[in-house]
Amino acid sequence: MAKYHVTTTINGDAVEFLCEPEQTLLDVLRDELYLTGSKEGCATGDCGACSITLDGRLVCSCLVLGVEAEGRSVETIEGMADGDQLHPLQQKFLDHAALQCGVCTPGVLVAAKSLLEKNPDPSETEVRYWLAGNLCRCTGYDKIIRAVLDAAAEMRGA
Amino acid sequence: MGDMRYEAPDSLDQAVALLAAADGQARVLAGGTDLLVQLRSGLIEPGLVVDIKKIDEMRGINEEAEGWRLGAAVTGAEVGEHAALKSAWPGVSEAIELIGSTQVQGRATVGGNLCNASPAADSVPAMIAAGARASIAGPKGRRELAVEELATGPGQTALEQGEIVVSLLLPKAPAGTGDAYLRMIPRTEMDIAIVGAGVCLTMDSDSCAAARVALGAVAETALLVPAAAEALVGSNLDEAAMAALAAAASAACRPIDDKRGSKEYRIKVAGVMACRAARTARQRAQQ
Repeated sequence: MAKYHVTTTINGDAVEFLCEPEQTLLDVLRDELYLTGSKEGCATGDCGACSITLDGRLVCSCLVLGVEAEGRSVETIEGMADGDQLHPLQQKFLDHAALQCGVCTPGVLVAAKSLLEKNPDPSETEVRYWLAGNLCRCTGYDKIIRAVLDAAAEMRGA
Repeated sequence: MGDMRYEAPDSLDQAVALLAAADGQARVLAGGTDLLVQLRSGLIEPGLVVDIKKIDEMRGINEEAEGWRLGAAVTGAEVGEHAALKSAWPGVSEAIELIGSTQVQGRATVGGNLCNASPAADSVPAMIAAGARASIAGPKGRRELAVEELATGPGQTALEQGEIVVSLLLPKAPAGTGDAYLRMIPRTEMDIAIVGAGVCLTMDSDSCAAARVALGAVAETALLVPAAAEALVGSNLDEAAMAALAAAASAACRPIDDKRGSKEYRIKVAGVMACRAARTARQRAQQ
């Protein structure tokens, strides 16, 4: 069967790949492009471990076909740090020990970054609702929420 | 993996031609939040997937002479960011914004929520209460259908082969109209309604001049409940009218009985939710 040729932008870089029409963007990222930061938790859009942004919009990459990336701009966890310089959210997750097993963490970070771009000063409730689609079975969420609020304050220069 | 083909036409005519030629083997891809799950699980094996997101007519939120028109491929996030639409139709907007997580909101569409035909779809009772009409394109041309007539059962619609929902029209409402949607879920977020209630009513000073009441998740499709609306019309939503509304809403229910909500509970709560939605709709109507 013919594969589809897709031209897209991932973390600012022009990228081309071949994929089957059934392949999800998550499968393409992990299996074809070896960007394995995005995780597959549920593959049904419930857990958020595969969160990315597509043209700036937070989505589950398990619910996007690889072919849909044609001409779009994709941002993944791999684009979050600036070389060795961690994003403030990443640093705060370390400072607050806001992760244990780490499987949900890339998705949580991508989702939290998307929130702070839209709302630099969210309330705790707003953070909790925004991240309701990112399941974590280790932390109990409190440390994640505190890390996001602390990062937001730092990024505002507060 | 089967032999699935993917097409992303940029015109409605092309989309209809592709769907009509596929002999029932095609599926429409809008946000993909239901379709990709069905694909992945092997529940469906379509020969063709037609992505409709490149068709301009299906992407817009526009105020027209007849009312607000939402393209079928408009996402929940786009509705949530549209201040004028939210102000005109707060109930419909809040219902759409209740669908799934932030991630799902970024993809899930109003047309998809309708055509997936889940009895618990949040946007559908609110759309029915608002009197929304679906604009449909197909091999035989265009037609309109009231939203309450589109779903015919779980996962089943009145769409014929090759037909596609292009947009939804929220008709211009008279002054003094307000709408609201409320749902009951066992958790506070990320769950599926066990009861949904949409109410749209028009107040003429202190009297309800017109009303529409719709319920979700209590039957095989979302229901328009005329008896519940009749309980409100002519009243000031006083206690007697609200009791009649609750009774009529509960009487219309024929729900499933499952681990998320028992039959008795759903029937009882349908009346409670209808009353709460009616109070909010009245408050909005009188603002």
